[in-house]
Amino acid sequence: MPLSSAIRSVLLGIVLVVAGLWIGQNIKLLPVDASTNAPVYDELFRVLFSIGAILFLGITGLVVFSLIKFRRKPGDTSDGIALEGNLSLEILWTAIPAIVVLFVGIYSYDIYDRMGGMLPLDHGGHNHQNMASEERIWGGISSGSIEKSGMVVNAPLPVEVTAMQFAFIFHYPKGDITSGELHVPTGQPISMRLESRDVIHAFWVPEFRLKQDVIPGQPTILSFTATKPGRYPIICAELCGPYHGGMRSAVIVDSPKAYEEWFKNNAKTPVSEL
Amino acid sequence: MTTVAPVEEASKENISQEEVHHDHRLFGLAAFLVADGMTFAGFFAAYLTFRAVNPLLPGAIYELELPLPTLNTVLLLISSATFHRAGQALKRNETDLCRRWLLITATLGSAFLASQMVEYFTLPFGLTDNVYASTFYALTGFHGLHVTLGTLMILIVWWQTRKPNGRISSENVFPLEATELYWHFVDGIWVILFIILYLL
Amino acid sequence: MTLASSPDLSKESEPLQPKGWLRYFSFSVDHKVIGLQYLICGFIFYLIGGALASAIRIELTSPISDFMPRDVYNQVLTLHGTIMIFLWIVPVVNGAFGNYLIPFYVGARDMAFPRLNAVAFWLIPPAGLMLISSYFITGAAESGWTAYPPLSINTPAAGQIIWILSVLLLGGSSIFGGINFIATILKLRRPGLGLMQLPMYCWAMLGTSILVVLSTPVLAGTLILLSFDIVAHTGFFNPVMGGNVIVYQHLFWFYSHPAVYIMVLPAFGLVSEILPVHCRKPLFGYTTMVYSIMAIVVLGLVVWAHHMFTSGTPPWMRLFFTIATSFIAVPTGIKFFNWVATLWGGRISLNSAILFSCGFIINFVLGGITGVALAQVPFDIHVHDTYFVVAHFHYIVYGGSVFVIFSSIYHWYPKFTGRMLNENLGRLHFLLTFVGFNLCFAPQHWLGLNGMPRRVAEYDPQFTFVNQLSSAGALLMAISTLPFLWNVFQSAFNGPIAGDNPWKALTPEWLTSSPPPVENWEGPAPLVKEPYGYGETPETLEVALDKDLELGGDEK
Ligand code: HEM
Ligand SMILES: [Cu+2]
Ligand SMILES: [Cu+2]
Repeated sequence: MPLSSAIRSVLLGIVLVVAGLWIGQNIKLLPVDASTNAPVYDELFRVLFSIGAILFLGITGLVVFSLIKFRRKPGDTSDGIALEGNLSLEILWTAIPAIVVLFVGIYSYDIYDRMGGMLPLDHGGHNHQNMASEERIWGGISSGSIEKSGMVVNAPLPVEVTAMQFAFIFHYPKGDITSGELHVPTGQPISMRLESRDVIHAFWVPEFRLKQDVIPGQPTILSFTATKPGRYPIICAELCGPYHGGMRSAVIVDSPKAYEEWFKNNAKTPVSEL
Repeated sequence: MTTVAPVEEASKENISQEEVHHDHRLFGLAAFLVADGMTFAGFFAAYLTFRAVNPLLPGAIYELELPLPTLNTVLLLISSATFHRAGQALKRNETDLCRRWLLITATLGSAFLASQMVEYFTLPFGLTDNVYASTFYALTGFHGLHVTLGTLMILIVWWQTRKPNGRISSENVFPLEATELYWHFVDGIWVILFIILYLL
Repeated sequence: MTLASSPDLSKESEPLQPKGWLRYFSFSVDHKVIGLQYLICGFIFYLIGGALASAIRIELTSPISDFMPRDVYNQVLTLHGTIMIFLWIVPVVNGAFGNYLIPFYVGARDMAFPRLNAVAFWLIPPAGLMLISSYFITGAAESGWTAYPPLSINTPAAGQIIWILSVLLLGGSSIFGGINFIATILKLRRPGLGLMQLPMYCWAMLGTSILVVLSTPVLAGTLILLSFDIVAHTGFFNPVMGGNVIVYQHLFWFYSHPAVYIMVLPAFGLVSEILPVHCRKPLFGYTTMVYSIMAIVVLGLVVWAHHMFTSGTPPWMRLFFTIATSFIAVPTGIKFFNWVATLWGGRISLNSAILFSCGFIINFVLGGITGVALAQVPFDIHVHDTYFVVAHFHYIVYGGSVFVIFSSIYHWYPKFTGRMLNENLGRLHFLLTFVGFNLCFAPQHWLGLNGMPRRVAEYDPQFTFVNQLSSAGALLMAISTLPFLWNVFQSAFNGPIAGDNPWKALTPEWLTSSPPPVENWEGPAPLVKEPYGYGETPETLEVALDKDLELGGDEK
């Protein structure tokens, strides 16, 4: 390869990487981040988007460029160069993707860990008298790293979630509140016990970047910590029947004060008894 | 730049193809048996996963006795040997001997099926009692179907080795070989099944 | 299992050539007839599946469920997925092109088991008709193409059972086909033709067929268990009876992830055939291409649980499947870089075949990138079961496989019919398809990220505009089939005569007349040791010879 063209390639590569990184850092494709997990998720998203953008622009650019540059001119009946391969190139484009993929894997593992995915499951404050003792609890993703985010750590607030065709029901063992919508305070870890009455459903709150299938026969613990007050949709994400699309609810994230208010107004049993 | 060379002689090619024909069929059968084996593998995997994660519900019964299935294992293993004998006899052109071994094999297969039936009727659980019971019946039933089919095939082979106008002879051993391969496969599956369902 | 076509039989069918269309309705054992039967049959199902897709997109132009009843919507959805996968892409990229091309490529006169081959094809139309008629008779299945229990156990049984039966038939057809391809490629090679001299499509089909043989039976077994749950009230997958719904998912995806490679590996192979011809360059990196196919086959068998990241899978499993899945990107990437390198420095004819192939490369790269992202557990948790996934796999199966099918039709139509297609109509077809496709599916990434789950008939009104955009794209795609159909029909009668080898290609199917005679070549089969020996430089000859030795002599 002549030197000038080598330099040109390197320059193009640098431009491409910079462009990819810029796009990745500036793209706005996600809804608000309203849980401790969400900013971590968004960080991963930006990294993946940058890598993806570089790759996509690179390959698309090469294809389009080749189609224009190397298109057959009218009347030209010659063949291309008889190049059957190039070992160093092949090693290059085996090694670089392998390294990138390895990096992505390790990095996403780190993200997963920061989301609390690797935390051993405690039973999140649920009392399990009504469960057979050997019943398996399946882990969703828990929301670790609240310490790092500088918030006060409270004991997790247990909520029992029952999914059925075609609704979610939320039950607060403390206070014995049953509600069609989920109310949570900011900054407080919530530990949900998800159970399904009939088919598989899924509990999804896009603003929390959180999803977990609700599987009949396999109660699942899922925790999260909301950070921004607001009203966010809870969406069933697993096909569960004709009204699947209508199986929605809402999570209302309040300031701790406002939440306390709601709780007092709705609690059936005096809080002290628990 | 391409090398486009004509074949040496068309006839030669045809001959070489003719020669390897029956190989292809056995090869095809072997590939099919790999596929069939994967079906069993799926069932086994399901069974083992149930074992690992799904406790037997309270009150459910899933008890297996060993004597009958052990007898079954012996029956099938012997039948593999007798079938092998039949094949060898045919290749040596001793058709009568071959037919005798085939009959013995078919008898062993039927005995297996009979004993399997006895087991079914004496088991303390039914098809829908619990997951283990269901998987047990699904696996043994699917295997029993294979044995039934195999026994029928053996009988057909036996009929076709009859002296004056049978189609199978030392010149045309493929049907017998194919059935034999299939039969060994079914036996092998049984051994795995026996270990997983009864011994584990 | 039968012998290779007996000579007398083929002599009989030879005079059928002129009024030959009746052959396509017969139990022909000619691999070329069977290949075209697959293609045409598949295309008809594609049109049906496309009509269903249009119905879905019409429903989704408004946020409320107003175009059809909700349960009908789920039936339409299920039929659409099942038809597109099992009756269109799988039969066409495997059955149609595989049957037509593989015997040529290995230098045989037919497949290893011609009659089994015909049986495999003739399982498909009844299975498809059964599946579709279930909609009119009992109501079709409504639990999606994945048929997850317990939903599939709780929905109306008749439709679900018919669905299971037809998928079993189609699976059987696919297994028979796979066995046939393996035997043909490994056993029927013409004397003197080495494995490493085979055109790349053979390798792709070998890998695919291995996947078919290893994984399809597991799906069959699983569906049999599911049908027991439905009919005999066993409880394999019924939690009420102590069963386990997750076991179904594992077994299902053990087939269905490889199934995505069953849909796309042959497409990879076809592209590898098409690019060199129209670029007038050898396929870049033959050997690495072969190894990456095999790597994909092996890895493809151990990544299935990436579809189950939110199904309560334990952390170690999540991690293992993340890493395994991510690594599939490496061999896949190699193939893409090699194709780009094949384009580089070529004399590229910008015809419809090349356009569709390059469209495939661009679409698939995007689908692959979102695939690697989806493989990351934390990323997937948010977008699993949303329109993001819908976008991902349509970039793969439509932007990938379907684009390649069209590319292949433009490339091999002259061989099939002896006539050329109209290039201008072809380019129009490409333009409409490419724009329509991207307009339809690119916005769906955003929908998924922002909160629209998949498989819904109604959605949050904030998504209305983007959904309408997507539907507009779907409309363009529907329109794009019109120039294609017109082109195919009228060229069959009026197209310019193609001659034997209009592209001046080197692979063996071009070294005979168009359409080829019943036994493929009038004389003996040609021995093509270098199917990609294009290119001219002074050293060409030497290089080619060296390579020849290196490839033929095999590895250190
Ligand atoms: C670079 C390679 C690829 C990777 C890493 C990858 C990864 C994934 C992942 C992780 C999912 C699950 C997403 C979810 O449900 O949450 C998925 C879904 C899917 N992928 Fe891919 N994929 C790749 C290539 C392909 C190919 C080649 C095909 C087909 C030809 C394909 C077709 C599909 C389909 C059909 C689904 C959706 C299945 C369903 O839920 O109905 N993907 N892919
Ligand atoms: Cu739902
Ligand atoms: Cu997959």
